[in-house]
Amino acid sequence: MLKIKNLHAGIEGQQILKGINLEVKAGEIHAIMGPNGSGKSTLASVLAGREEYEVTEGEVEFLGKNILDMAPEDRAREGLFLAFQYPVEIPGVSSNNFLKTAVNQVRTYRGLEPLDAVHFLKLMKEKMAMVEIEQKLINRSLNEGFSGGEKKKNEIFQMAILEPKLSILDETDSGLDIDALRVVANGVNKLKSEDNATIVVTHYQRLLDYIVPNFVHVLYNGRIVKSGDKSLAFELEEKGYDWIKEEVDSVA
Amino acid sequence: MAKAENLMVEQLKNNFKAFEARLNGISKNQWHQMRKEAIDAFTSNGFPGVKDEEYRYTPIGKAIEKNFDLSMLGIETPETGTFVPVFSKEHAIHIFIRNGKIDHENLNDISEAGVEVCSLKDALVQYPKEIESHLGKYANVHKDSFAALNMAFSNDGVFIKIPRNTQLEKPLIVHYITEGKGEEKIFQTRNLIIAEEGSNAKIIESYTNSDNIRQFSNHVTEIVVKANANFNFYKLQNQGNQAYHIDSTYISQLRDSTLQSYVLTLEGKIIRNNLNIILDGENCEAHMFGLYVIHEDSHIDNHTSVDHKAPNCYSNEVYKGILDNNSKGVFNGKVFVRQDAQKTNAYQSNKNILLTDTATINTKPQLEIWADDVSCSHGCTTGQLDEEQLFYLRSRGIGKSSARAMLLHAFVNDVLDKIEIDFLHDYFNSEMYNRLDWES
Repeated sequence: MLKIKNLHAGIEGQQILKGINLEVKAGEIHAIMGPNGSGKSTLASVLAGREEYEVTEGEVEFLGKNILDMAPEDRAREGLFLAFQYPVEIPGVSSNNFLKTAVNQVRTYRGLEPLDAVHFLKLMKEKMAMVEIEQKLINRSLNEGFSGGEKKKNEIFQMAILEPKLSILDETDSGLDIDALRVVANGVNKLKSEDNATIVVTHYQRLLDYIVPNFVHVLYNGRIVKSGDKSLAFELEEKGYDWIKEEVDSVA
Repeated sequence: MAKAENLMVEQLKNNFKAFEARLNGISKNQWHQMRKEAIDAFTSNGFPGVKDEEYRYTPIGKAIEKNFDLSMLGIETPETGTFVPVFSKEHAIHIFIRNGKIDHENLNDISEAGVEVCSLKDALVQYPKEIESHLGKYANVHKDSFAALNMAFSNDGVFIKIPRNTQLEKPLIVHYITEGKGEEKIFQTRNLIIAEEGSNAKIIESYTNSDNIRQFSNHVTEIVVKANANFNFYKLQNQGNQAYHIDSTYISQLRDSTLQSYVLTLEGKIIRNNLNIILDGENCEAHMFGLYVIHEDSHIDNHTSVDHKAPNCYSNEVYKGILDNNSKGVFNGKVFVRQDAQKTNAYQSNKNILLTDTATINTKPQLEIWADDVSCSHGCTTGQLDEEQLFYLRSRGIGKSSARAMLLHAFVNDVLDKIEIDFLHDYFNSEMYNRLDWES
């Protein structure tokens, strides 16, 4: 589904990603872990198409298409979804109007009829129940005045509505209390299928108790320096990142 | 330079003599005295230059001297009657002022709607008491040269009286229409509106330039809102890119009255709005809303002033602008709170979004407070479209132009929603979208 080959990228002349290689297949969950400043969020941003990042080398193929030249909206329409680390508040834009516009522009791109009001409402109700989000949040302006946990729940709700092929969760767990974490993880698990894939970017092993990954990768200094199964996450939790840093730095 | 100015002054004096001569019998009324005082004020002060603080960012005087043949001042230009309003007939009461001249044909029907309307010229005879008490009492010819020029050369406009305790059901629209052939048009229109005690009305001044002719329109409206009256006043400015328009409104509010003022601007070469409100009795409320959504090289200047002269009054001002291309905006908001005006609440805000690097805004709040028991605040912000918000929307599959439109709409929406007349709200909304080439 996703093939990243030798990806180099940076911002304002500073190189951050220095040759990422990663392949994600349908049905898989990958966790990307790593110390602060290792490039985790940059990777998520580059995949989603944030324009301030410059890709200097490498390729990213998503469902057989090169997405690096695509606008962010087209990546989303192809089925890529980024759950933001810091979802932005947009006063004056109603959640309802926002979601309806998003759903219907995605549908139009895929050659489907736009949903009418009745069918859209049905979709909303169904997904609201699935991810346990309250109606009162949807009635407000997009993320306006939401708590950290409410914002993250809303990200998962949007994910449920848009039904992406590949979801990238960028530190969705940071700062969440255990209840919100449970809601977020349940949402992700319910949405998981044989046809879609998830990349979980996280600093903490805790989330992986709820979302069980098939693969764990450690990102350090712009490269994936170690990959393994979920036991790698436990090892990191126990020993921290220093042993990995030492390993990598001694080789260099 | 001085010589050129002298020439202009001489010419204007000659124009004025000729104009007065053409007025014939009606030149010897009280209006005549005011005209003479006004032409003297204008010829001694001239057009405001760049050194005039009030016109510093809007060199409209110079632009008018350069672009217009001022020997046409005071000469009527023929109307063609071709303009058709965009608002449907049944939603409102319509008055037409074509090329500065009132269209008498439809005036009779209007009286049946419970409002008294005539040309200002006829009001001199029909409403002498009102004219004597109010005409020229608010627009000070010594303080503003355009008020002086208007007083000297205006000869027509509309007089509107909303009788005591009358509730006007439909809004009344005064259409100011520039139309027909010719290179340029010059108008000095003058209006007087009296909202009597306990009355309730919505009046719209709508400006159009159907043939996109170069125009210099210098417009003065004096409004008296009497005790316990509720008055909603809208301006819709969409005059094409050849209009040099000075639009001065002087409003005097008496006790317990409420004013809602809306200035909605879409296009003009240079538009200067002077909105002057005096709160002259206790317990008045004045709400001032402004929206300007302009592009290309339009220039819009909103100067507002609210003068709290009495205690326990409330004023709130919210002006918002979106400026595209090379457009320019100016905002100057004065709030005066006099020593007697204790327990005043006065709020002011001006927010702008600049869509390009070449669009500019000069904004200046100005509060002068002499009373000590008041609550006042002001603030202004100017920024670009928020890139984070734009990316967020796009990352959900929403195209760039739709995302832009959603954000800009969100920006103006709180003011837009204050427009209580549905057809006007919808018109402004759709024109705004067209103007900025948004996908809706």
